[in-house]
Amino acid sequence: MISIKGLSKTFTTMHNQITAVDDLTLDINEGDIFGVIGYSGAGKSTFVRLLNRLEEPTEGEIVIDQQEITALSSNQLRMTRQEIGMIFQHFNLLWSRTVKANIAFPLEIAGIPKREREERVEELIELVGLTGREKAYPSQLSGGQKQRVGIARALANRPKVLLCDEATSALDPETTNAILDLLVDINEKLGLTIILITHEMHVIRKICKQVAVMENGKIVEQGDVLDVFLRPEQQVTKKFVEQVMGSDEQDDDLEQLFSSSQTGRLLRLHFVGETANQPLISKLAKLFSVDINILQGKITQMQDDAYGTLFVQMDGEPDEMDRAVQYLADETSVEVEVIQHVE
Amino acid sequence: MWNDWFPNIELQELWVATYETFYMTILALAGTFVFGIVLGLLLYLTMKGGIWQNKALNLIVASVVNVFRAIPFIILILLLFPFTDFLIGTIRGPNAALPALIIGSAPFYGRLVEIALKEVDKGVVEAAKAMGAKTRTIIFRVLLPESMPALISGITVTAINLIGYTAMAGVIGAGGLGNYAYFFGFQRHEFDVVFICTVLIVLIVFLFQFIGDYVSTKIDKR
Repeated sequence: MISIKGLSKTFTTMHNQITAVDDLTLDINEGDIFGVIGYSGAGKSTFVRLLNRLEEPTEGEIVIDQQEITALSSNQLRMTRQEIGMIFQHFNLLWSRTVKANIAFPLEIAGIPKREREERVEELIELVGLTGREKAYPSQLSGGQKQRVGIARALANRPKVLLCDEATSALDPETTNAILDLLVDINEKLGLTIILITHEMHVIRKICKQVAVMENGKIVEQGDVLDVFLRPEQQVTKKFVEQVMGSDEQDDDLEQLFSSSQTGRLLRLHFVGETANQPLISKLAKLFSVDINILQGKITQMQDDAYGTLFVQMDGEPDEMDRAVQYLADETSVEVEVIQHVE
Repeated sequence: MWNDWFPNIELQELWVATYETFYMTILALAGTFVFGIVLGLLLYLTMKGGIWQNKALNLIVASVVNVFRAIPFIILILLLFPFTDFLIGTIRGPNAALPALIIGSAPFYGRLVEIALKEVDKGVVEAAKAMGAKTRTIIFRVLLPESMPALISGITVTAINLIGYTAMAGVIGAGGLGNYAYFFGFQRHEFDVVFICTVLIVLIVFLFQFIGDYVSTKIDKR
């Protein structure tokens, strides 16, 4: 659907050159929700602006839906941009227009007749859940509602691709979730390909299928969100994963706590995929005569799967405990790790 | 009572003078609005990073604006006599004052327009570009509507300058309250005429200020 080859953008200032995006190659499938994560200055905002040529690439090739964006004349580019929706961190609505008129703006640009425009605006308002607020001005809306207007506006001309530039970064966590749900909904209903730029791993975890991690203008790690979560390789990626999963330092504290005061075994259970949804602990307690005490844990729900870690203390006869651990390892997809033995 | 205090006022004359002041101010204001916006847009669009980024054109427009703002108005009128004569066919009366009034205030308003346009959120312009808007659409559907409150306050300030200019133009024969105060008041030593003209001009200024403030707040939905 989207294919990017050797894309670079260099900004030249008076004294030096800054390479914001550095020889980037990437393929994005149709209907994907593709996340790009990185800290500020990693070049991700420049990257997304290169896709619709709000920034002119210095080098490289962008093909969206068999159309070579980088080869278009400025007139063709204008027409193509009508098929690429974009939403922004600060919404960028026209304050002088009502919700309705804001959503109608891209339709005016595309030269849609008034009657059709009104019908389409009606549909969009319903789609993003703003019924009843049609005549409000942006200043009368909350951040979440403003972004809904932004989304409706971006979808007006039925684009094939939606670019999201830090679309939830100015919103509180609850509103962020509501907007992300809306994006997933749109992705499923309209089969739209979404490219999403963010610095919040939470956002990636919640809605993306594929993720690319950017640092210094390059993609340093890329793949299935679950894979990247389970096996982060780069330092940056590990840091991002810690954002949602907590850090290893906490685990050390736990070990200390355990060794000083507890008996039995300290186990770390890694849940991946559907097993996270099964009543595993109570099953263990029924099958084997062991006591299980949950010390700490976190299960994170991803777009399709769940993933998490649980620290439990198990106590009982050593034989029984061995069998329980064996059972976990053989019969379930949970990864078990015995961290500490105290007999 | 009225005749004791203001023995030399002829209401008919006063009415004509007031009418001429309004006539000059409103027509000149309309011209200033159009030319000022053209100048302001040119300055904004050709500046560094602008849609029509063009160093040479920007420099030319900026120079013209600066030169005309530097010339004192009273001298500008004299300077423009040949031009006015060519354009209007006379150098006397309210119509003859219009070219000088517009040329005198459009550059000033142009700068205010430029400032107003710079205040428009760059993100909104970027959003319009991302939607595939033509430059014309960006100008008429984004830049001008989004800066309208500032454009209105700017034209209000300019209007008040213009009222002052019409009085100056009046002194050299353009008509209006300035003309009336100078020829009938000052030169005939009829001070009550000068006083009444002053009061009327102040009232007109207040009126324009009031209308400008009202419209500017009314359309501001931020």
